[in-house]
Amino acid sequence: MAVRLMTERKVVPYTGNMATAEALRQINPDVVAAYPITPQTEIMHFFANYVANGLVDTEFMTVESEHSALSAAVGAAAAGARAMTATAGPGLALMWEILGVASGMRLPIVIPVVNRALSAPINIHCDHSDMMGARDQGCIMLFSENAEEQYDNVIQAVRIAEDERVRLPVIIGMDGFIISHSIENVSLLTDDEVKKFVGKQTLTHSLLDIDNPVTHGPIAMADSYMEFKRQQREAMMNAYKVIREAGEEFAELKGKKYEHIETYKTEDAEYILIVMGSAAGTAKYTVDGLREKGEKVGLIKVRTFRPFPYYDVVDVIDASNVKAIGVMDRAETFGGYSGPLFEEVCTSLYTRGKIYPITGIVYGLGGRDCNLNHIEEAFDVVKRKAAGMDVPPVTYLNLRV
Amino acid sequence: MKGWKNLEIGAVITEPGSSTVYKTGEWRAWRPVFQRENCIDCMICWVFCPDSSIIVEDNKVVAIDYEHCKGCGICAFECPKSKGDNESKKALIMKPEYLFREED
Repeated sequence: MAVRLMTERKVVPYTGNMATAEALRQINPDVVAAYPITPQTEIMHFFANYVANGLVDTEFMTVESEHSALSAAVGAAAAGARAMTATAGPGLALMWEILGVASGMRLPIVIPVVNRALSAPINIHCDHSDMMGARDQGCIMLFSENAEEQYDNVIQAVRIAEDERVRLPVIIGMDGFIISHSIENVSLLTDDEVKKFVGKQTLTHSLLDIDNPVTHGPIAMADSYMEFKRQQREAMMNAYKVIREAGEEFAELKGKKYEHIETYKTEDAEYILIVMGSAAGTAKYTVDGLREKGEKVGLIKVRTFRPFPYYDVVDVIDASNVKAIGVMDRAETFGGYSGPLFEEVCTSLYTRGKIYPITGIVYGLGGRDCNLNHIEEAFDVVKRKAAGMDVPPVTYLNLRV
Repeated sequence: MKGWKNLEIGAVITEPGSSTVYKTGEWRAWRPVFQRENCIDCMICWVFCPDSSIIVEDNKVVAIDYEHCKGCGICAFECPKSKGDNESKKALIMKPEYLFREED
């Protein structure tokens, strides 16, 4: 039986990895299967300690690869267990095939991912190319700005994934090293509060229910495969509502509101940056600095990347005084017009009949620094775009020439 | 067949042994046509058929199970009464499936 460790709320100095492991402990999943990969390894070090010390009831499986880790989680989830895993960069790439299996079988597996660049050249530092590579595998995708958001998002993810209108895997990304290994203030809930919030999983068609035998993961040929894909699209559309509901309920509990997007000083903004992950924190600070100089700048942080909040983004842009928009991607889409986030924002605007000058900015690949000066540079690009000057489809920030 | 709103979520099959109602003959592109008058009941087709789709009653071949036959053509290939060009003399003739299906 899991031990109650945290009986009152605390603010603690935690890294993103510690916060994630703490969330896992409080969620107390039935099965966790994982394989170590930098910078995710630490999460499982902490969690393995909890298992060894009897602080959780979890069946902890050390497997031979990420492909096996998620496969084990798939089997456990089909058996009716609350199953989780965690990975990073190339580990998520190796899980790629099974991500589609998990979402196609509609198994609510929660997967914290520490965002890491993909090889080659080999690199252990942050960018979003791992999750962007997996974006069409049918998983819900959330991005966290800091360690506390990661903690909060992982707890909410359990509710979102297991909601019967959804039943999809949820990937929660936090920037490798920038969040995962930096110590910040993290406000924790008590064990009982988390236990109550995540609730009990309602089993549907458990493999272990021998009185009602079922088949999971059968073949579906040309006569029915498309129907099941349509069901997945519906589940994603439902997830849009469910993520919001979970966020509202979480706000009642903790007082911090989580929505699909977060806006920062956009109401009267003329120049808007759209960003995901840890760079949002830097960008908010930069916005404050530029505002002091009288510049009307603002920021939209996208928290939910899948399902993409089309309406939320356009509504905010529409309500501002925007002259030009810059979309910051921490991933490349080689040969595409610009990054994946850029494409989503453009589609959102175009389909609502809203045309604004917009430009793509690629930053922070493989952990390349993105500090205040670089965000200011990004705003400069947006200003040039607004002034009708010639701006390339993609501007690389902090690139040696 | 059920629409996408009525199919079980995640393609879960809740009915045990349901493979017996799966009509795999749907995949067939070529159909073996049986001409009883030319058959000598040697049972070679029955032995070779990989899908047990030759229906035999009282030691006589009576029909083909089109719900499970996938049209591989082994029966017609091995049939000693189906050599040569004269179709009227053959016991098994492979014909394109579209000749028999209105919906295509």
